Amino acid sequence: MSIATNPDAPVLLRLVARAWWHRSMMFASIFALVGASALTIAAPWLTGYAIDTGLGVVTSTNLAGDEVTSVEGSMSTLMVTIGLLAAAAIGRGFFVYAQTYLAERLGQTMAYDFRNDIYERLQRLSYAYHDKAEIGQVMSRATQDVEGVRMFVNMGVIRLAYVVVLVAVSYGLMISANAKVGLIAFAFVPVVAIQASIVTMKLRPIWLGIQDLQGQMANVLQENLTGQRVVKAFSRAEFEQQKFDAKVDTLFHESYRTARFQAFNEPFLQGIWLLSLAVVFWFGVIEIRAGNMTAGELTAFQLYLTLMQVPVRSIGFIINIFARAHSAGARVFEIVDARSPVEERADAKPLEVTRGEVRFENVSFAYDAQSPVLHDVNLIAQPGQTVALLGPTGSGKSSVVNLLPRFYDPTGGRILIDGQDVRDVTLDSLRTSIGIVQQDVFLFIASIRDNIRYGRPDASDDEVIAAAKAARIHDFIVSQPDGYDTWVGERGTTLSGGQRQRVAIARTLLLDPKVLIFDDSTAAVDMRTEFLIQEALRNLMRGRTTFVIAQRLRTVMEADQILVMRDGEIVEQGRHEQLLEAAGFYRQIYDLELRDQEEAAAAAVLEGAAISEGGGA
Amino acid sequence: MAYWGGGGAGGWSGGPGGGPQRGRGTQVDMTTRRGIDGWDYDDLGKVYDTALIRRLIPFIRPHKWRAIGALISTVILSATSYAPPFIMALAVKRIIGSVQEGTPESLDQAVADTQFYGLLLVALAGVMFLSAMFQRLMTGYIGHHMLRDLRSMMFAHLNRLSLSFYDREEVGRIMSRVTSDVVTLQELMTSGFLNVLSDLLGLTIIIVLVYLLDPVLATVALAVIPLLFVFMVIWQRYAARAFIRVRQAIAIVNANINENVSGVRVVQSMVREETNLEHFEALNDQNRRMNLDAAKLQASVMPLVEVLSTVATMLVLFVIGLRAFDGRVTGAEAAGLALGFTLYIQRFFNPVRDIVLQYTMLQRAMAGAHRIFEVLDTEPAIVDPLGAVELADVEGRVDFEHVKFSYIEGVAVLRDFDLHVEPGESIALVGHTGAGKTSVTALVNRSYDIQGGRILVDGHDLTQLQRASLTRRMSVVLQEPYLFSGTIRENIRYGRLDASDADVTAAAVAVGADEFVEQLPNGYDTVLHERGQNLSVGQRQLISFARALVADPRILILDEATANVDTHTEKIIQRALSTMLKGRTSFVIAHRLSTIRSADRIVVMRDGEIVEVGSHDELMAAEGVYADLYRMTFTNAGSEDGVAVPAATH
Repeated sequence: MSIATNPDAPVLLRLVARAWWHRSMMFASIFALVGASALTIAAPWLTGYAIDTGLGVVTSTNLAGDEVTSVEGSMSTLMVTIGLLAAAAIGRGFFVYAQTYLAERLGQTMAYDFRNDIYERLQRLSYAYHDKAEIGQVMSRATQDVEGVRMFVNMGVIRLAYVVVLVAVSYGLMISANAKVGLIAFAFVPVVAIQASIVTMKLRPIWLGIQDLQGQMANVLQENLTGQRVVKAFSRAEFEQQKFDAKVDTLFHESYRTARFQAFNEPFLQGIWLLSLAVVFWFGVIEIRAGNMTAGELTAFQLYLTLMQVPVRSIGFIINIFARAHSAGARVFEIVDARSPVEERADAKPLEVTRGEVRFENVSFAYDAQSPVLHDVNLIAQPGQTVALLGPTGSGKSSVVNLLPRFYDPTGGRILIDGQDVRDVTLDSLRTSIGIVQQDVFLFIASIRDNIRYGRPDASDDEVIAAAKAARIHDFIVSQPDGYDTWVGERGTTLSGGQRQRVAIARTLLLDPKVLIFDDSTAAVDMRTEFLIQEALRNLMRGRTTFVIAQRLRTVMEADQILVMRDGEIVEQGRHEQLLEAAGFYRQIYDLELRDQEEAAAAAVLEGAAISEGGGA
Repeated sequence: MAYWGGGGAGGWSGGPGGGPQRGRGTQVDMTTRRGIDGWDYDDLGKVYDTALIRRLIPFIRPHKWRAIGALISTVILSATSYAPPFIMALAVKRIIGSVQEGTPESLDQAVADTQFYGLLLVALAGVMFLSAMFQRLMTGYIGHHMLRDLRSMMFAHLNRLSLSFYDREEVGRIMSRVTSDVVTLQELMTSGFLNVLSDLLGLTIIIVLVYLLDPVLATVALAVIPLLFVFMVIWQRYAARAFIRVRQAIAIVNANINENVSGVRVVQSMVREETNLEHFEALNDQNRRMNLDAAKLQASVMPLVEVLSTVATMLVLFVIGLRAFDGRVTGAEAAGLALGFTLYIQRFFNPVRDIVLQYTMLQRAMAGAHRIFEVLDTEPAIVDPLGAVELADVEGRVDFEHVKFSYIEGVAVLRDFDLHVEPGESIALVGHTGAGKTSVTALVNRSYDIQGGRILVDGHDLTQLQRASLTRRMSVVLQEPYLFSGTIRENIRYGRLDASDADVTAAAVAVGADEFVEQLPNGYDTVLHERGQNLSVGQRQLISFARALVADPRILILDEATANVDTHTEKIIQRALSTMLKGRTSFVIAHRLSTIRSADRIVVMRDGEIVEVGSHDELMAAEGVYADLYRMTFTNAGSEDGVAVPAATH
C-alpha cells in the first residue's frame, strides 16, 4: 500500500504522494521554477554589476578626497551587462510561464483525479453509506474541498519550494557579498518563519469549523427551499429565517476571526520585510562609508529584498493553503477512503441464472449492532414464483429485498440464487440479473427515452417503445408535445407518482432481469392509474421470480406464496386461502387492513359489474 | 502567482449547461438545461457594470465609517509601500555625495543622513504595518458582515416568493446563488475594490515620484506602457471567453455529481457505474482542459511583464550611462538614479500585473452580482395588501366563487369552479390526475393567486387577508411527508411553535404516531437524519399528521396524504381520521374509498370543473361519473366512458 492510499498516513503527505503520480509534471514544473529563480536572482546581481562596473561608481574607498571620475567603467561593459539583463528577463519570462502553466496543470490534474475518485467511490458505496450521508455535505466536499486540495500542490508546495530556494540563494549571495549586512538581513527570516507557523496552528481548527458551518448553512437553506410547500403552509418563514440567521451569524463570527488573524499576520510579515529593508540600508551605508561595500552591492541588496517582498508576503497565503488543504484533504479522503461493507470478492465469478430459484438460509441482518432487523429468515422462491412480503412497517420487508442485490450484506446466514451465494459472484452480474422497481422512483434529468434505457444505454428506440407499451406509459408519453424526448426531473415535465412508477417499470422491463423486486408500498395513484400499474406489473412479472412488498389485496391474492413478517421474522407462510384459514397474523392484517378493498370489490359485484380474474378487459 | 480559484465559487449549478445531447447511443445527459422561463446567464462575461456597482452601495452604507477608515488606510498603505525607493534614491545620492566630498563636515552630514533616512524607513515600516492591519480589519469586517446581510436578505426574499417560483426554478441553482455567488461579491467589495484602488494609487504615486526624480528618465521608463496597454486589450478579449467556459465546465461537472449521488440507488441497481464514470470522466476532463486554456492565458501575462520591465530597465541604465560618460552627472547621482529607477520599474509592473489578475475576479463578481440581483429582483407573486385584515380566529367557511385558475397562461386548470363549504364540513375531491383537485387545495391557503372569481374564508376575500393569520389555523398534509432536520419533537412543533411537550405528545397520540415514536431509543428526541430518511415513509407521514394536528387547525387539507404510506400506517391514519376531521372544515384528496365515502360531500372533478357533487350514496344512485370511477377501481372492467385504458393484449 502506498502512502497515497493509506488512510492512516498524514493528510498532507498523502496529497504529495498523489501529486507524485504525476511526477513528470511536477519535475518539469520544479525545473522551470529553478530556472526562473536563478534568473530572478541574477537580475539584481546584474543590475549591481551594471552600476558598479558599467557606470564605474567604485569610488567610495577614496576617502582622501581625491577627485572622483564617474567614467571609470566603460560603455561597452555597460552594454554587455544590459544585454545580459535582457536575456535573463526573457529567459525568466519563459520559465515563469512554463512554471505557472505546469503547476496549474498539476493542480487541475489532481482535482481531476480526486473528482473521478469521489464519483467512483460514491457510486460504489453501499446503501449503508448513503443512508447516512447528507447530500449537502457530500457536495461541499466534491466542490469546495476538492478546490482546496487542488491549490495545495501548485500554490502551496511548489510556491513554498520557490520561496525557500529564493530565500536561501538570495541570502546566501548577500552573505557572501557582505557577511555582516547579509546576516543582518537574514535575521528577519526566522521571525517570519515562527510567526508563520504559529498562525498555521491557530488557523487550522477555525478553518475546519468554518467548513462545517458552511455545510450546515447549506443544509438549512436546502431544506427551506425544497420544503417550501411546508414552510408556506405553516407560514414558518420567520422561524426558518431565525434558523438560517443563526448559522449565518456564527459563520460571520468565525470568518471574522480568521480575518482578524490574517489582518495581523500579513501586515506583520510585510512590516518585517520593510523593516529589514531599512536596517539593511542603514548598515549598508555604514559599510559603504567604511569601504567594505559598494553602492552597486547595496543596490543589489535592496533589489534582493524587494524580490523577497512578494514571497514573504505569500508565506501567509501559503500557510492558508496548507491549513485549508489539510482540512479539505481530510474531508475528501473521508469519501475516497470510505470502505463499502459490500465488497466483491477477488475471485468472484459471474452469476449464472438458469432457473431463477432464490433461497434465504438462516439470514440475519442489522443496520447496526443495537438494532437487529432480521432474525433467521428462511425462504425458498421457486423459479417464476411470485412471493409477496406482507407485514407492518419496520417488520423487515424492505431489508429482505435489499439483501438480495447486496445493497447490504447479511450479518448471518446466506442467500443463494440458483445455488450460488450472492457474496461469491460479481456485483455487476448479480445486479443485472435483478430488476428493482423502488418505492421512491428516481428519474434523472434527461429525456423519458434516456430514462427508460438507463439500464441499457444501447437499447434501440423500438425496444424502448415496446417496454413503454408493456409498462402502459406509451400513450401518455406520445401525448406529450416532445414525445419520448420530453425532459423529466427538475425543471422538466413533472410526472405524477403513478407515471413515474410506470417509467420505472419500463426501465426495468428493458433490463429483462431474471429476478424481480417490486416495492409496491406506493398506492400514490388515482384509480385509473392503479389499474394501469396492475397491468404493467403483470407484464413485468411474467416468467420471473418476483418479490413484491405488497399493499394491494389483489397482488397478495395472486401471489404464489405470502410471507407474513413481524419484527424481522417470517411468522406465517402460504397462499391467501391457507393463511386466512389459519386465522393467524395474516388474518388479523386482512381483517384490519385489506378487507376494505375486498368489500369494495364485492360491492361493485353487487352492482352488476363483472370481475375479471385474469387481467385485461 | 496565477490564481483565480477556478470554479470554486461557481457553485454546482451556476451556469448554463450544454444543450441536451440527443440521439442513439448517447448517454443520459445530466447537464443543467437552460430554462425557457428561468433566469438567464448571458451576462457572465461583463467585467464592469456601473448599474450593478451602484446597487451594491446600500450594502456598504451601514459600514460607512469602517469603509472610510479602510479607504484612508489604503491610501496610507500605498504611500508607505511605494515611498522607500524614493527615499533610498535620495539618501544614496546625498550620503554617497557627502562621503565622496570627504570633508569632516560632509562625513558628519553623511552620518546624520544615514540616521535620518534609516529612522524614516523604520517609521515607515511601522506605519505600513498599522495601516495594513487596520485596512484588513475594516475590510474583513465589512466583507463578512455584508456576506451575512446578503445571505439573510436573500433567504428572506426567497421565502417571500410564491410557489410558482419554486415550480420553475431548480433548488441547486438557487442554492449556488446564496452560497457561492455572494462570496464572489464579498471578495469584490473588500479585497477587490481596495486592491484595484491601491494598485491605481500605487501607479500614480510611482509616476509622480519618478518624474520628481528625473523627468527625462521617467519618460524613457514609461515609454513601454502603451505596448502593455495594447497587449492587455487583446488579451482581455480572449480571457473573457476562456473564463466563462471554465465556469460552465465546472457547473456541469458538479451538477453531474449531484445527480449521481441523488440517484445512487438506481445507478447501483441498474449497474450503470461504469457507463456513468466514463461519461463523468469526459466531463471532468473537459473541465480540466477549459481550466488549462485559461491558465495558459493567465500565465502569458508574466513573460510580457518581465520583458517590458527589463526593456524599461535597460533603457534607463543606458541613458544614465550616456549621461555619466558625458560627465553630465556625477557617479553618486548616477548610482542614486539607477537605484531609484530600477526599484521603481520593478514595482511599477507589480500593480499592473495585479490589476490583470484582478480581472477574472471582477468578471466573476459581476456575474455573481448579476445573479444575486436576479434573485432579489424576482417579484413575489403573492403579497399581503396594505391594510390586510388579520383574522382573529377562523370559523372555517370557505367559498369558491366562479374561480378561474391556471399555472401557465392559456392552460386553464380550473374553469369556473364554484363551491361553498360550511364550517366543519368535510369535502372529498375525486377525479383523474390533472382534474384540478390539488389546485383547489393549494388555493385555499393562497399558495397561488387566481385569475378570475373570488375565494372567501369566513366571508373575507383571501387577497384582503393577512396570509399568516389564515395559515395559523390551517394545516396541510401532503403526499410526500416533508420533515426537517432536528428531533421528532421539533418537527411536530413546527405546526405550532409554542406547543408544549404535552401538546406534542397529545397530537402524536391522536394520529397514532405515539406508538412507534415511543419505541425509538430516544423517543421524541430522536434526531432525524437528512429529513427523516431513517424513518419509513409511513412513519414520516404520521409525524406530519401530528404536525398538522398540533396546530389545532380549523381548516385541514389532506392532499393524497395516505397515498404513499404502507397499509399498516394507513390503517392507523384511518382510525385517527374521524377525530381529526371532527368539527374541522376539511378538503381531502384520497384514493381510498373508505376515506372518500366518509366525507360529507364528494366533489367529482373533470378538466377543472365540477361534474358531480353529493354523498356517496347519492352519487352511486345517480349512476354518473363517480359510479363509473368507483366500479372501475374495484373491477378490472373498463367503463363505458373508456377512460383511455389501453387494451391489455398479451
